[in-house]
Amino acid sequence: MKKLLLATLLLVSSVVFAANEGVMSLRSQSLDVQDPAEKLKNYPKENLQQPISYIQQPPLIPHHVRGYEVDRKTNKCLTCHSFKNFKRYGATKISVTHFINRDGQALSDVSPRRYFCLQCHVPQVKAKPLVENTFEPTGALAE
Amino acid sequence: MRVLKKFYQILCKPAVHYSLGFLTIGGFVAGILFWGAFNTALEATNTEAFCTSCHEMRNNVFEELKPTIHYSNRSGVRATCPDCHVPHKWVDKIARKMQASKEVWGKIFGTISTREKFEAKRLHLAQNEWTRLKANDSLECRNCHEFDSMDFTLQAERAARQHSTALASGEKTCIDCHKGIAHELPDMKGVEGYQ
Repeated sequence: MKKLLLATLLLVSSVVFAANEGVMSLRSQSLDVQDPAEKLKNYPKENLQQPISYIQQPPLIPHHVRGYEVDRKTNKCLTCHSFKNFKRYGATKISVTHFINRDGQALSDVSPRRYFCLQCHVPQVKAKPLVENTFEPTGALAE
Repeated sequence: MRVLKKFYQILCKPAVHYSLGFLTIGGFVAGILFWGAFNTALEATNTEAFCTSCHEMRNNVFEELKPTIHYSNRSGVRATCPDCHVPHKWVDKIARKMQASKEVWGKIFGTISTREKFEAKRLHLAQNEWTRLKANDSLECRNCHEFDSMDFTLQAERAARQHSTALASGEKTCIDCHKGIAHELPDMKGVEGYQ
């Protein structure tokens, strides 16, 4: 019984091993090879405002955000981008869609589900895309 | 009272057994020794190692400082605790050190001995520092960050905009905008400039 079990195990594992051969990752590397780590990239202090590529895309952040605290106690982004403060600092105002809660009600201030800015808005480094992308903006957003 | 009177009488009498040279030179040397020891002890309490020898500082504010630009950065220049929290001028320094005796009290009675207690006190503690820096026109910032040496053309646009207007005119001082740059912020509800 024990021998039979061992034999089956050997057979199964060899089949699995054989199946793995020739399988490539999306980055055209064999699965058992570790990708060399990419160099870390620095966020630029300031970046050009990138145009959005599709409707309702959260705009990218055109500046670095190191040390900007966004948590339960405070939200550094809103010290410039809130309705109250945007004019004073010449910042972009958050859109009113951020005031709507999940039941479609418009609140008088930022809705908790839209409070964590970096969930959708991110700064961008200058980096080569990892995989080719042929996406083109269309309609009103086309150049 | 009688002891005091006797002591005063001794002080008023000229020395009988010691020469004038011994008393003046000896007093001078003793003074140097005392002053040296005093300053050494004072400076010993002005080090990061001393500040972080208590778990209250080591586990809360010091940990929060580590990822910030004042601890880790490209050129390796570091601001340590006393650079921002202890005035450089002697009189101000002594005044601050006397205030710090309250912190010894806090240590003994464990007013911020746990993370929860610390969080509850965070707004109060932060406000102390904001008030101090507001009152001295952010002196501890300016010990390193010289306004006259700021080149606005090298600054990011939004930084240059604020520094060339509000800061240049003296309407605002560093701490008005740069709160929470070295430690986590408290709950900022009701603090000016924060929503």
